[in-house]
Amino acid sequence: MADLVLPSGYAGHSDDPPLDSPDYRSTVLRHPKRPLIAIPHGLSEITGPVFGEDRLGDVDNDLTKQHSGEPLGERIIVYGRVLDAGGKPIPDTLIEIWQANAAGRYLHKGDQHPAPLDPNFSGLGRTLTDSEGRYEFISVKPGAYPWGNHYNAWRPQHIHFSLYGRAFPQRLVTQMYFPGDPLFEFDPIYNSVRDERARARMVARFDLSRTVPNWALAYEWDIVLRGHGMTPFEEEIG
Amino acid sequence: MSPEITPSQTVGPYFHICLEWGDAGKYVAPAGTDGLFRLHGHILDGTGDPIPDAMIETWQADADGRFDHPDDPRGAVSWQDFTGFGRCSTDEDGFYEIFTIKPGTFLDRDGVMEAAHLNVSVFSRGLLARLVTRIYFDDEQDSNAADPVLARVPEERRGTLIAVSTEDGYRHDIHTQGPSETVFFDV
Ligand SMILES: [Fe+3]
Repeated sequence: MADLVLPSGYAGHSDDPPLDSPDYRSTVLRHPKRPLIAIPHGLSEITGPVFGEDRLGDVDNDLTKQHSGEPLGERIIVYGRVLDAGGKPIPDTLIEIWQANAAGRYLHKGDQHPAPLDPNFSGLGRTLTDSEGRYEFISVKPGAYPWGNHYNAWRPQHIHFSLYGRAFPQRLVTQMYFPGDPLFEFDPIYNSVRDERARARMVARFDLSRTVPNWALAYEWDIVLRGHGMTPFEEEIG
Repeated sequence: MSPEITPSQTVGPYFHICLEWGDAGKYVAPAGTDGLFRLHGHILDGTGDPIPDAMIETWQADADGRFDHPDDPRGAVSWQDFTGFGRCSTDEDGFYEIFTIKPGTFLDRDGVMEAAHLNVSVFSRGLLARLVTRIYFDDEQDSNAADPVLARVPEERRGTLIAVSTEDGYRHDIHTQGPSETVFFDV
């Protein structure tokens, strides 16, 4: 029987933060200490879950319209494209986001920050990219919030993003930040990404041209997932 | 110029707001599907304490070893209401459970047979990127012995990748660190 001809695997993720990043204290007892073992990308790696409209449910891309009234805060548009590292748009792929409200409080039983909940804001959104990999969310700007990592620790304003791409190696969970945040230099999670240029890729760009007069500020953020290429393993075996 | 890859960040402690899918996540195939079993276990840290804010995701072939995906060169196959994807967040005891079926074996690159396995991602507060591992099954000894990925794992650590049969399925703990640290892969 002829061998299967599989597409090449997925390459690169060297700018991910080291799992052992002790400035972020919760990593200390949770990161593996033994080296990761490289494996070739076979059928179960070049495939992955593909979600469609059925996954969107009642939740959509407008986080300001999920309740009877409008949430408080600075209204924002967050838009951009999902691409692979070859520059190819990834169409019809699920994006899920969650965030704090404008006061810096999550709708979550574990969040003890004494800032008010907003009855008109749940802080979750879902959308599928269009045929050219484009997405857009409407929301309010999340507030900064304190956390217990060290004395007077505060997270910069951010939105959590979860993406699947089209294959298992492209799965990405990350955070989008806002330009010019004064908390960047003090945040061990943001700074866990060692390379300055790689950190900048997590920061959205303010976009006056897409800002809607008298209505909402716009931020553009492209998300780049891994692309096809030879894995180090494939290079090693030729 | 090619765009550069966006780095990973932790899911943090509040991912449930969006990523907790309840039964829609736990059931890879609907209740009542032939051969459906429960895979359960705990996710534990370097001192053996439960991780109460972790999430496990699984991806697998169907019972015939096929994938419902356009990049499978044998063609995409969708099998009943099987999704191939499972997800469960841990409770305060670090406990998770997934309801699924045994994936089939399949021939992979170079005609090598891969044993029945789930591809697994682990996310949690304190993990700046997901951990990738696999789950194999203890009643598949012959195909496990010939599996090309298990073959890359030192023999004394292979057990950390193999789920143990129980009355209603399999049990499998994941240790992110410590003396019984699970094998994690660079994919
Ligand atoms: Fe957060």
